[in-house]
Amino acid sequence: MNPFSGRKYIIAGLIVLLLATFVVKLFLLQISDVSYKISAENNSRRIVTVYPTRGLVFDRNGVLLIGNQRSFDLMVIPSQVKSLDTTEFCRLFNVDSDFIISFFRKYKGGLRPQVFLSQISKEDYAIIEDQLHKFPDFYIQERSVRKYETSGAAHVLGYVGEVDSAKIRSDNYYSIGDYIGVSGLEKTYEKQLRGEKGKIIYLVDVHVRIKENYAGGEYDEQAVAGKDLISSIDIQLQEYGERLMKNKKGAIVAIEPVTGEILAIISSPTYDPNLLVGRARSRNYLELDRNDSLRPLFNRAIQSSKNPPGSTFKMVMGLTGLQEGVILPHSTFGCSGGYVVGNFKLGCHNHASPLDLTRAVQNSCNAYFCNVFRKVIDNPKYKSVEKGFIAWQNHIKSFGLGVNLEIDLPYSERDKGQIGDTAYYNRKHGKGRWKSLNFISLAIGQGEVGVNTLQLANMTAAIANNGYYYIPHIIREISGDETIDKKYYKKQFTSISKEHFQPIIDGMYLAVNGGAGSTAGLAIIEDIDLCGKTGTAQNPQGENHSVFVAFAPKDNPKIAIAVFIENAGYGGTWAAPMASLIVEKYLKGYIPENRKWLETRVLEADFINKK
Amino acid sequence: MRRNTNIISNLDWLTIAMFVMLVFIGWINIYSAVYSEEHKNIFDFSQRYGKQIIWIMAAGLIAVILLLLDSGIYSLFAYGIYAFMIFLLMAVLVLGKEVNASRSWFEIGSVRLQPAEFAKFATLLALSKLISDTGFSFNNIKSLSRLALILFLPVGLILLQGDAGSALVYYIFVLVLYREGLSHVAFFLAISIPVLFISTLIFEKVNVFIPIVSIAFLFVWLMSGWKKLLTALGIYIGSTAIFLSLNEIRLIDMDLYYILLLALAPSSLVYFILQYRYKLRNLFLLHSILLGIILYTFSINYMYSNILKEHQRLRIDVLLGKEKDPHGVGYNVEQSLIAIGSGGVSGKGFLQGTQTKLNYVPEQDTDFIFCTVGEEWGFIGTTFVILFFIAFLLRLIFLAERQRSQFSRIYGYGVVSILFLHILINIGMTIGLAPVIGIPLPFFSYGGSSLWAFTILIFIFLRLDASRMEMLK
Repeated sequence: MNPFSGRKYIIAGLIVLLLATFVVKLFLLQISDVSYKISAENNSRRIVTVYPTRGLVFDRNGVLLIGNQRSFDLMVIPSQVKSLDTTEFCRLFNVDSDFIISFFRKYKGGLRPQVFLSQISKEDYAIIEDQLHKFPDFYIQERSVRKYETSGAAHVLGYVGEVDSAKIRSDNYYSIGDYIGVSGLEKTYEKQLRGEKGKIIYLVDVHVRIKENYAGGEYDEQAVAGKDLISSIDIQLQEYGERLMKNKKGAIVAIEPVTGEILAIISSPTYDPNLLVGRARSRNYLELDRNDSLRPLFNRAIQSSKNPPGSTFKMVMGLTGLQEGVILPHSTFGCSGGYVVGNFKLGCHNHASPLDLTRAVQNSCNAYFCNVFRKVIDNPKYKSVEKGFIAWQNHIKSFGLGVNLEIDLPYSERDKGQIGDTAYYNRKHGKGRWKSLNFISLAIGQGEVGVNTLQLANMTAAIANNGYYYIPHIIREISGDETIDKKYYKKQFTSISKEHFQPIIDGMYLAVNGGAGSTAGLAIIEDIDLCGKTGTAQNPQGENHSVFVAFAPKDNPKIAIAVFIENAGYGGTWAAPMASLIVEKYLKGYIPENRKWLETRVLEADFINKK
Repeated sequence: MRRNTNIISNLDWLTIAMFVMLVFIGWINIYSAVYSEEHKNIFDFSQRYGKQIIWIMAAGLIAVILLLLDSGIYSLFAYGIYAFMIFLLMAVLVLGKEVNASRSWFEIGSVRLQPAEFAKFATLLALSKLISDTGFSFNNIKSLSRLALILFLPVGLILLQGDAGSALVYYIFVLVLYREGLSHVAFFLAISIPVLFISTLIFEKVNVFIPIVSIAFLFVWLMSGWKKLLTALGIYIGSTAIFLSLNEIRLIDMDLYYILLLALAPSSLVYFILQYRYKLRNLFLLHSILLGIILYTFSINYMYSNILKEHQRLRIDVLLGKEKDPHGVGYNVEQSLIAIGSGGVSGKGFLQGTQTKLNYVPEQDTDFIFCTVGEEWGFIGTTFVILFFIAFLLRLIFLAERQRSQFSRIYGYGVVSILFLHILINIGMTIGLAPVIGIPLPFFSYGGSSLWAFTILIFIFLRLDASRMEMLK
C-alpha cells in the first residue's frame, strides 16, 4: 500500500472546498444581489424617447397663435471623436474653441450621445447642412419647438423651457432635457398640450450601436400628440390693445360677461414670445428678467394687485348700501366740496349737490359714498364696527375683489390683493375700538385696498350681468373629448340682488354719456351705449394711476373692460378713451374716422420715456 | 509480465460520457456567445461555433487514435515527446506569430496552434516518468534537480513567449508531488506563499486579513475546542473594540485594516503569556504561523506600494491582469460580474443573454465563456457546471488511485491538477475571485489547441487506465 495514499482525501477535499466557495460566491452574485440585474439593463437597453408634437393653440376666431417648428440638435458621441479641425468647426458652428475643449473634457470618453448644440434654427441648419459631412462624428437630431405666430399675447401664451430638476424629482413623467410649459397657458394647460411621450426600446452593444428592437418592439409605446386648444383670446383685439399700451405701464383686461371668457389680457410693457424660443431663450430670458427695469415678464394684469381701484370702487360701494338697506336709489346726500365730520374732511370736486345714487356715480361724488360706507358699517344691526366691517367686506369680496379668481393662468396667493386690513386696524386702533371714520377712504377705493386689473374687469362683468360672473378664463375649447374645467361654466353670484343694479348702471351710463358733469366724456362711442366709471388711484410714489372700467352695450353687454395705466393721471384722460377704443374695435371692428384723432393721441402717449 | 485484455471493455466509459457531455455543453455556450440574427446555422463554418464543430470532430479523431495506440509507448517515449515539445517551444519563439504581444502561436494556413497547450501533457509524461523511476526520492538532490529541470525548462520558454498564464499551469504540479510524497510543510508553503502573494495584490487588504484570521480561529477550535476558541476570540475582539472606540472618539484616525492589524499586537502579547503559562504548545505554533503570514502579507503590500517603482508595479499589474482593461482597472471583471449576476436563479434562457451577446463582456467565447453560462442559465446552470466539474475531477482521482503503475497514477493526478487549475483560475476570474489570467476553461472556451490538448491529456490517461490490469506490481 502506498504510504501517501491518504493524501488523496486532502487533494480531493481541497478541490471540492475551493470549487464550493465558487458556488457560494455565485449564490451571492446571482441570487442575493439584485444590483447586477439593474446594471445589466442599464448596460444594454437604450430607451429612445419619441416626443409627441405639442398641441396647437388658436384664438377664438381660429387664428393660429402657437404652432411648432422643426429645430435641430447637433449630437455627438464624445468617445467617437478622435480629431477635430477646430478652426473650421468653430467657424461653421459659430462656437469658440474653449467651448469645444470644455465640452470634451466634461464628457471625456462618453459612450452615450450628447447634445453638443441645442436648438439650431432652420436657417442656421440650412447653412450647416451642406458642410456637416466634414465632421462625420456629429449628427443632427430633429426636434419640434414652439413657434409663436403672433408677437403679442406673450403673457397669455407663456413659453416652454427645459424642465428643472425639482420637477423631474416630483413628477416622473419628465426626464432631463424634456420641455415643459413654464408660464402662461403653456403652463396651465401643460398636461393637455404636451401629449404623452412614447418610447422605443433598443438593445445596444458595448459601442452603443443599436442592434435590434428589444423584445421585437413589444414594450414600445406610441407617442400621443398633444391636444389643440382654442383660447378665448381675440388676438386682433389683444394686439390692438398692446399697440395702444405701447410706452405705457399698466394692464387691460376685457371679458365677455355672459361667458367669463377673456377677450384680451394685456400687460405692458410686453415682449415678443418668440424671444423665448430656441437657443437664444436663456440669454433673452436673463435680459428680460434682470436687465429690463420695466420688468416685461411681470404680468401686471394679474400680479400687480397692490394698486387701489380709486373711484371705480364706488359702484360696489353703492350696491352694498342698497343691499344692506341703508340707502334707497333715491336717497340723497349733500356734498359741500367733500365729506366733512367735525374736523375731518375728505375732499371732493365741484358738482351739484345733493345727489341721488345714480348722479353720485355719474359725478363720482366722494361724500355720497363716505356716507353710504359709514351707514353700512355703523349699522346698529351689527353689534360692532368690526362686524359691520366684515359684512361690508363680504359684499365686496363677492365681486371677486380681494380674492383670487381661479383663472387658468399662473397666479399666486400674493396676487389676490386686499379689501381692508383688519390686522393693521387692530394694531393701529386697538381690537374692538375701531371707528368707521378710521378707514373712511375705503369708501372711495383708496387706502388699504388693492386690486388687480383682472379683478376690476371681473367686477365690471358682474355689474354688467346684474349680479353674477363666471370665473374669467382664457380657455374656450380643448380638442378631442376633453372638456374645459366645469368651474368656468358655473355662475358665481354676488351677494347683491339683481334689482339693485339698475341705478348703478344708469350712473355708469351717464358717467360716459351724460354730457356736462360726466367724468368720462372722452369714452363716448357713437351708436354704442357704453357704461363706464373712471378712477384715479392715488399713488404716493408719483403721478396717480389712471383707471377706467366699462361695459357695453348697456343692454346685453358683450364686453366688460378694465384699463389701468400707471402714472397717467386722471382716469377720464387716458384710461377712459383707451377703453372706449378697444370696445369700439371689438364691437364695430374698426375705429371710425372721427375718432382717429383720439386713437392717435392714445398711441402717441408715452408715460415711460417722457412725461 | 503483461496480460492482454480487451480495451473496449476496460475503458472507463463513464469518464468518456462525462467528457462528451462537457464538450457538448461547452459547444452550446460557444454557439450562444457567438450567435447573432444573421448567423443562425449551426454549421456555418465562418462562425466560431461552426469551426468549433470541426475542432470537436478532430478531437474525437485524436481520442480514437490515442486509444488505438499501445499504452506502453507513453512511458517508453516520455522523454522523447518531452524533448520534441521543448523543441517546438523554442521554435515558436523564432517562427511563431505574434498575437497580443505574445509569440506563442504557429500559423499553418488558416490553422493556428499553440505549442504551450501541448507542452502540458508532454511535461506531465516526463514528470511521471522521472518520479516513477525507482531511483527517485524527494530527499535526493540529484532527483530534485532533475525534477526542477523538467518543470522549469518549459516554464521558462513559455514565459519568454510572453504567456504568463500558461506558465502558471505548471505550478499546480505541486499537487502531484504532494501525492507522491512531498512533505506537508513544503506543500503548505508551496500553496500558501503564492496564493497569499496574489491575493494580497489583487484584493483589498482587509478582505485578505479577515479570512486569514478567521482560518486561524477555525484551527484553534479544531485543535483545542470551543473554550480555547472563546478565550482567543475574546482577547482579540476585546482589543479590537478598544481601538475601534479610540477611532470613534477621534483619538486615532485609521481605517479598519490598520485597526485590526494594530489590535493583533496587544492581543498576541496577552495570548502568548497565557500560552506560556498553560503550556499550550500547539496553539503557540499556530499563533506564530498566523503572525508570520500576517507579516508576510503586510510586507508584500509595503513593498508593492512603497519600494517598487511605478514601472515595476505596472509589470506586476499586467501579470495579474489588472492592467488589461480598456476602460480602466476592473472594467472587464465588472462587466463579467454584471453578466453573471444578471442571470439570477434560472438565467435569461438559451440565446437570451444580452450582456454577452452585445459584447459587454470581453473574450466572451474564450476566456469569459463562463459569463454566458451564468447569464443564460443562471445560478442553476453555473452550479450544475461546477458540480459537474467536481464530479469529473473526483472521477479522475478515483481512476488515478486505482492504477497499479506509479507512472499512470502520477499521470492521472497530473491530469486532475491541470484541469483543476484551469477551472479554478478561469471561473475564479469571471466571478472576481482570481486574477485575470487568460487561460481557457476546459471544454468550454473556444479554440482547437486547448480542446485538443485537454483531449490528449485525458485520453492518454484513459488508455493507460484501460491497460491498468496489464501491469503487475
